[in-house]
Amino acid sequence: MKLSRAPLPYNPKILELFRNPKNLGKMEDASVSAVAGNPMCGDMITFYLKISDTGIVEKASFESYGCAANIATSSIVTEMIKGMKLEDAWNVSYKSVAEAVGGLPSVKFHCGILAVGALKRAIRKYFEIRGATPTWLQKEPSFEEKQALEEEQLAKMLDKRMKLAEGK
Amino acid sequence: MVENVRELLKAHSGLKREVYFDVENSSPVPDEVVEAMLPYYNKVAYGNPTLTHKPGWEAFETLMESSQKLASYLGCRNAEEVNFTPGETEANNLAILGIARSLKEKARKVVISEVEPINVLQVVEMLQKEGFSVTKVPVDREGFVNLEKLREAVDHETAIVSLSAVNHEIGTIQPLKEAVEIVSDRNVETVFHTDASDAFGKVPFDVQALNVDLATVSSYKILGPRGAGCLYVKGGVDLERILEGQIGTQRLWPGVENTPAIVGFTKASELIFQDFETNVARIKRLRDKLVDGIMSIIPDVELNGPRGEKRAPDNANISFLRCEGEALTIELSLSGVYVSSGSACSRRLLQPSHVLIAIGRKFDQAHGSILMKVSRVQSEEDINYALEVIPKAVDRIRGISGSTGVS
Repeated sequence: MKLSRAPLPYNPKILELFRNPKNLGKMEDASVSAVAGNPMCGDMITFYLKISDTGIVEKASFESYGCAANIATSSIVTEMIKGMKLEDAWNVSYKSVAEAVGGLPSVKFHCGILAVGALKRAIRKYFEIRGATPTWLQKEPSFEEKQALEEEQLAKMLDKRMKLAEGK
Repeated sequence: MVENVRELLKAHSGLKREVYFDVENSSPVPDEVVEAMLPYYNKVAYGNPTLTHKPGWEAFETLMESSQKLASYLGCRNAEEVNFTPGETEANNLAILGIARSLKEKARKVVISEVEPINVLQVVEMLQKEGFSVTKVPVDREGFVNLEKLREAVDHETAIVSLSAVNHEIGTIQPLKEAVEIVSDRNVETVFHTDASDAFGKVPFDVQALNVDLATVSSYKILGPRGAGCLYVKGGVDLERILEGQIGTQRLWPGVENTPAIVGFTKASELIFQDFETNVARIKRLRDKLVDGIMSIIPDVELNGPRGEKRAPDNANISFLRCEGEALTIELSLSGVYVSSGSACSRRLLQPSHVLIAIGRKFDQAHGSILMKVSRVQSEEDINYALEVIPKAVDRIRGISGSTGVS
């Protein structure tokens, strides 16, 4: 299929979150943090979660090395999950994130997926550290975790190929 | 979709100043060029130049004068060597496809460099599917073509070599004369094409002195209107048309000539060449001020491409580490500074700039790269404004990355 190259039509919600991101920055007293993506992808998100003894997300914050869509989706995820039980936070899907930012341009869907991937990694890591996995937490990686891993592996592969090419 | 774009535009209201550095991708046409063009829409020369009436003859006269002027700026032997096309993409397609098709029975090899513009890369990819073999000559860390590898790549079956005179992204001025000599030494029949769109009006460029066979020039890259460009074709070089239709004054490009655009293209050339040295020196001084300013104010930045005399005077290409390029283009736009980025995100191909990767930049360096071209219409104040806005924008975007994105 021949694709056109229309300007990225970021909607007002994304622009607003890009200009004034919510819950931005490293959290010093986080219960857990997790990363998805890497600088080679041009997309990287870190989530910080503060989780209460009763398993509620008390606070969430993020840092994002990425485009406007990446920043906006990360920001909205931190807002969506604040006050949620971990089980409900786990059930946040990239589709609901895309919806919450008022829709994403199709080439930017992966940004929403990466944001949710980082969130799910953080939740999984939280339980791993505690050594107790609740029954609702699936053992096999979720769709978003798989996608994040794929993007990271692709970037690593390209990086390796470049290093090989340099050695030629 | 257009609703979203309207909202994005609203977010720009109240800009103090607007500074356009994205000459790589389009350009504003200065008033004096627009004024030169306007009469040609409805006052004079609006006829078809091949027809037998006054507006047609006027158009014919206008086009002949335009080709003569461009021929003199390019150093051609005569005006017939200038072939107008609708732009750089079309001229590059015509050059490469036109030669490949004309020589396909005896020569089926094409040689380009790793850092050619996208249109050249895609044309040769198409030729590859048609059974041509394609060699991409590597470049060094400043973007200079490896002449030894060029020598190895050319043989008795090479139909065409296409090398840009000046790299469109990082401003490397290629050793074109040496490259032409090497190619001709290997195979005197190989046609040498150069995309000179980033050389014309910016560095000395003379088709006879360089002895190239074909050369592409773009109108908008010298602040002429879009919709015009030309391909220099040395007398005696035979290439096929790539589009068919009614042929007018331009033997290689069918259809009705875009006289007003060609007039604007010619006017834009005149404005540069009437005082070439002064224009270029001024652009270079402003570019140096921009680059030196950025490099001294902002930490963790890297200039992409060569420094000094081997870099085109208008080009600035800088990687801002820990700063994603697309986010930076949007942030700068909201302050009225317009640039483009080699980031994967802004290119929509999800692959960063092939030029930056070819010179050995890491992916994160390419993702944080910004391309700016200083032009004739810019002032000292424009550069000062950019130097005020860019550090703030980089700071804010780096603030969002925090410790994330440090490799």
